[in-house]
Amino acid sequence: MTNDLDIFVGNTTLIDEDVYRLWLDGFSVSDAVTLRLRSGILEQTGATVDVLQSDTMDHYRTFHMLERLLHTPSKLIHQLHFQIPPSRQAMLIERYYAFDESFVREVLGKKLSKGTKKDLDDISTKTNITLKSCRRQFDNFKRVFKVVEEMRGSLVENIQQHFLLSDRLARYYAAIVFFANSRFETGKKKLQFLTFEDFAYCAEQMIENWTLGAVDSNVDDMDVDLDKEFLQELKELKVLIADKDLLDVHKSLVCTSLRGKISVYNEMEANFKNLSRALVNIASKLTHNKDVRDFFIDLVEKFIEPCKSDKWTLNDVRLFLTQYMTSAHTVDAFRHQALWDRYMNTIKSCLLKMYHD
Amino acid sequence: MPGKLKVKIVAGRHLPVMDRASDLTDAFVEVKFGNTTFKTDVYPKSLNPQWNSEWFKFEVDDEDLQDEPLQITVLDHDTYSANDAIGKVYIDIDPLLYSEAATVISGWFPIYDTIHGIRGEINVVVKVDLFNDLNRFRQSSCGVKFFCTTSIPKCYRAVVIHGFVEELVVNEDPEYQWIDRIRTPRASNEARQRLISLMSGELQRKIGLKVLEMRGNAVVGYLQCFDLEGESGLVVRAIGTACTLDKISNTAFLPACNSPSKEMKEIPFNEDPNPNTHSSGPSTPLKNQTYSFSPSKSYSRQSSSSDTDLSLTPKTASSPQGPRIFLFPSSPTLSCGSPHLNKSCLLFPGPSLNPLHSSHVSPVVLRKSVSFTEELLLAASGMGSGSAGKEGGPFKALLRQQTQTALEQREFPFFTLTAFPPGFLVHVGGVVSARSVKLLDRIHNPDEPETRDAWWAEIRQEIKSHAKALGCHAVVGYSESTSICEEVCILSASGTAAVLNPRFLQDGTMEGCLEQRTEETSPLGCGFCHIPYDELNMPFPAHLTYCYNCRKQKVPDVLFTTIDLPTEAMVIGKGCLIQARLCRLKKKAQAEANATSISNLLPFMEYEVHTQLMNKLKLKGMNALFGLRIQITVGENMLMGLASATGVYLTALPTPGGIQIAGKTPNDGTYEQHISHMQKKINDTIAKNKELYDINPPEIPEEIIGSPFPEPRQRSRLLRSQSESSDEVMELDLSHGKKDAFVLEIDDTDAMEDVHSLLTDVPPPPGFYSCNTEIMPGINNWTSDIQMFTSVRVSRLSNINLTNQTLNKNFNDLCENLLKSLYFKLRSMIPCCLCHVNFTVALPEDEVIQVTVTAVAITFDKNQALQTSKVPAAEKTLQRASTDNEEQLQFPLELCSDPLVSQPFSPAKAASLDKASPLAEGHLRHRSIPSCTNSSVSVVKMTPLSFIPRAKITKYLGIINMFFIRETTSLREEGGVSGFLHAFIAEVFAMVRAHVAALGGNAVVSYIMKQCVFMENPNKNQAQCLINVSGDAVIVVRESELEMVPVQPSAPVSQPTSAGGDVTT
Repeated sequence: MTNDLDIFVGNTTLIDEDVYRLWLDGFSVSDAVTLRLRSGILEQTGATVDVLQSDTMDHYRTFHMLERLLHTPSKLIHQLHFQIPPSRQAMLIERYYAFDESFVREVLGKKLSKGTKKDLDDISTKTNITLKSCRRQFDNFKRVFKVVEEMRGSLVENIQQHFLLSDRLARYYAAIVFFANSRFETGKKKLQFLTFEDFAYCAEQMIENWTLGAVDSNVDDMDVDLDKEFLQELKELKVLIADKDLLDVHKSLVCTSLRGKISVYNEMEANFKNLSRALVNIASKLTHNKDVRDFFIDLVEKFIEPCKSDKWTLNDVRLFLTQYMTSAHTVDAFRHQALWDRYMNTIKSCLLKMYHD
Repeated sequence: MPGKLKVKIVAGRHLPVMDRASDLTDAFVEVKFGNTTFKTDVYPKSLNPQWNSEWFKFEVDDEDLQDEPLQITVLDHDTYSANDAIGKVYIDIDPLLYSEAATVISGWFPIYDTIHGIRGEINVVVKVDLFNDLNRFRQSSCGVKFFCTTSIPKCYRAVVIHGFVEELVVNEDPEYQWIDRIRTPRASNEARQRLISLMSGELQRKIGLKVLEMRGNAVVGYLQCFDLEGESGLVVRAIGTACTLDKISNTAFLPACNSPSKEMKEIPFNEDPNPNTHSSGPSTPLKNQTYSFSPSKSYSRQSSSSDTDLSLTPKTASSPQGPRIFLFPSSPTLSCGSPHLNKSCLLFPGPSLNPLHSSHVSPVVLRKSVSFTEELLLAASGMGSGSAGKEGGPFKALLRQQTQTALEQREFPFFTLTAFPPGFLVHVGGVVSARSVKLLDRIHNPDEPETRDAWWAEIRQEIKSHAKALGCHAVVGYSESTSICEEVCILSASGTAAVLNPRFLQDGTMEGCLEQRTEETSPLGCGFCHIPYDELNMPFPAHLTYCYNCRKQKVPDVLFTTIDLPTEAMVIGKGCLIQARLCRLKKKAQAEANATSISNLLPFMEYEVHTQLMNKLKLKGMNALFGLRIQITVGENMLMGLASATGVYLTALPTPGGIQIAGKTPNDGTYEQHISHMQKKINDTIAKNKELYDINPPEIPEEIIGSPFPEPRQRSRLLRSQSESSDEVMELDLSHGKKDAFVLEIDDTDAMEDVHSLLTDVPPPPGFYSCNTEIMPGINNWTSDIQMFTSVRVSRLSNINLTNQTLNKNFNDLCENLLKSLYFKLRSMIPCCLCHVNFTVALPEDEVIQVTVTAVAITFDKNQALQTSKVPAAEKTLQRASTDNEEQLQFPLELCSDPLVSQPFSPAKAASLDKASPLAEGHLRHRSIPSCTNSSVSVVKMTPLSFIPRAKITKYLGIINMFFIRETTSLREEGGVSGFLHAFIAEVFAMVRAHVAALGGNAVVSYIMKQCVFMENPNKNQAQCLINVSGDAVIVVRESELEMVPVQPSAPVSQPTSAGGDVTT
């Protein structure tokens, strides 16, 4: 005897969080049943496999019907079709838009296009995340991107308003949108040690300081695109390395104040010019899109790796960067103080976040 | 006389994209009532149009107001081609027609299309200005209130309960008209929906007229059903109980709604002088009149009129089958198996279970003898009825006489109520039911549905005479149903024969009566158990004992009823859902041959269902069934029987004996061993069940049990004018004192199967209880956490060797698995009780069984339950079933401060799974999710019960009666049959909720899904489903809120628990 039809509909839509997670993770019904079996649920409840199967199917059907609404969370809140308590609605949305660390690291900074979507198979194999789940996550990124891409106002707030996400998740999405828009390279082998959280932090710093929104809060794309004018101005910083005198003065100022405080004084002194050149060069090259994309690689290759090889501690880096930044103010011939701060504050925060002990 | 209907179309939202090119829609709305149509402007290029229309005004007769639904159609404007319909909303404006219900309908309604389902929402405001009309010849019945609730609604008081009202209207089914061949499925579905809406409006109006004629102002227990007779037409029929209700003012503060309040406000509806003048004088005829009773003529032997053709073929060919009647005695037909009790054997030959008899008959003979028994039984019932009035002494006779006069005027003294005001129900005789097999023929003249009327009249007559046979003058808990397969139709009616207190039945007499408690409603709460029939001429075999509570009157050993547990009943332990399930194969046949074979099968099915119920009841250690509902479903090649009831242990009835197994070949050693093994298993099960349901009746010494208290015994002998000698009485009682066990014969494999199936019924997992009644005895501390649900299963019996056994097993498994599934799904609600569990079975095609269940799961507070059960004294374990008897139904106030309020979902207890996305984990564990409290959708609770736990109904807004059709031609794309039906049922819920919210309500009580007809054609990728639901829209206020805000909450359209918001923009 087979059940052709087997459904359960509650006046309040019944949602099982565990099954929801399995569904989000892209497991088929039979896989989900196997996993649930393994969790020992039958022993706890005395149910049979048939019951579990039917229950899982039922939840999957519900989620499938809810998925359409989850694409526009505001619809989920206002629809009449499913009666779901607000706290549950929030849970459904939050989890639907949650993503896997390993997945996001694969697509972060990539163009959210059909091309990337085709690569999802490979990502799925690589990350051991089901293709279905990869697709959902990718589509979420893309959907959020499309909606907020050309919107005025704060990126995080826009995301929060349209997708009703928690503050934290909205910030993450802001980072994803920001990275996708500028297409920062994050996938190179050298960058593998960085977590999504590191990048998200950097994105937040950059959005806060380097975008149009940082100076004018009423422009289109204000948080998404970098401030072109600012990038252009960064070329002015070249004077710090191009002018031999300036470079020497800057070096001596930093060395004086760090003597005895930094554990890698000698290495620092020896490397000062290289490091300074690296940081200023990165700034001056940001007018080219390609160099923007390589921003993180440059930071790692030109700054983090040399320091690492000289065994700088995080504290050393912090001391150095702080001193490096403030000393420039006391270099008389250097006149781009505001520009320098706008650049260096972000660079410093990013580097400190990216520098893992 | 006219009324003015005003409609305003405010806005739409979430509309579907109708223009692929622009991804937008140019929507406008047509508003139609009767033959008048208005249109809004086109709101171009938007999925969220803001029409903000003027008020569209319709000036119409109130007759039309009652019959016609308001029809709102949303369309997409197309310059070049015909406008495309997006969907429709039908609004029943009936609730606006009585002054106490809703005043305005305003809110978001789902836009529904029969092919696409819900497509966006529309905000509508509807008002009615009704001009008072005193025209005597009016055809409308505006102002008569309708309630689905089968008890006196919570904020009303019954002044008079007038009695039975019924009506039916017929029409051609649009689906079968010639035009259907050329119109689209959508047009056909909409024609059907509209027709049924019209017909139910008309039906309601006609019933209302009857109520006005009876001088009532309301219909309670209103049950409306559709019979889709296919080619031969469409029947909409309804039954209900006409009442004069009186609104209790100040509902918030009166503890009991049913209890009479001395300061009634004047009833606006009641045309009679208000009877509440509270004459404390002896207005009661009970005391004044001395009476000598002479058997009334109404107790003539009508019952045997149609009995004779039970096992005969029909005499006339043209009208296929006479009514198949059946009598369900309150006591089993087969309970007297003890060989030594010659008397009972003589009087009530129960051959099937009499060891002497059946030990040497083959099953075939056994079957025959069963039908023989039926005849005898019915003959006996005739006898019983003839002398029913002789017993009981002057008092009973007086009562009888009086009630009789009240009831005599009525053609059918039936009541669709299942719960009654205290004191209304005097005695309960037992279940009476009647069935009749009919051949459908085309209804030639829709205006004169005489055949259908005659059919039902016939059945009702049967029921009436059965009730008389049981010494009862009324039938309560009455209901009617049909099962149709091709051109064969089984009409069924059932109810509980009862003796009622006349005071509610007549105008103007009740107030005086209320004060004085009649002896009949004894304070011990056992009165209703006492037999209403004559002990010496019992209509059926039964063991009688003196009541275990009062020891004055006789009670049967088992009681079956279709009503709810009376509030005054004393119960030990908890109740439980008991089901009997049965399949019978039937040869495929045409027309009359088919009808004949069905009617030949029916008695056997009834008999077996009854036996199963009895066995299961004994196995649970209980002695009474409430809410019994037996459904017989007819299919092409089989008949299905499903009986559901709630078993309880009534303290007034004797402790049930066990079940004993007797083998047929006592000499065989291994067989003997097997038997004893089985016996042990059964005994263990009984013991286990007693523990499970807390059935631990106080031990009463043997001597006391059988005999009455000395003094009352004297009296009873005095009263019993006809009884011969007290010795005989003693003998009968003593025999019972030995607790004769129920004997199960194992004489063939069939019987073996039966015993096995008895034992395979798995008890619900710990923390779960279930019942199909309103009240669950033993549980009273409900929380406000409720979940109403519908579950549907369709099972195909393919690749199965179809025999009665395999069928039975499959059906049994289907039901058991369904229950198991429910327990699993609702595990987060533990401790929890499934209340009002309602199973329906359909046989949509060959070898396909469809089972639909609707119920409500309610979480209760375990801690408090434990406290009560810890109380050691045996006295205290006797809980009054009336845990919800007003005071307690409304729940003690101290519970209100309980912090455990309304957490709709308690966290699932299931272990979280090992595989989980780390980020998701991180997010959720440590982050507060933004609260989406700006939700504009108000919560609407739904329940099949007549109340919402821990909340108080402050206002009834009107009846909800909706009929939907959904069809698809892309079944696979919609997720197959399951996906299709799942979505549809969810849509139906959504539409019910939206209508209730628009009326200003926040809950539906007495919700019922009356029909769910599902048809599929997988080859064509098509499916169609029809659903009919009804219920009462109400405003409820949580008790905690009541306590906090002692302001009068009966103010119009206060919406206390809803989230408010833009529902009424």
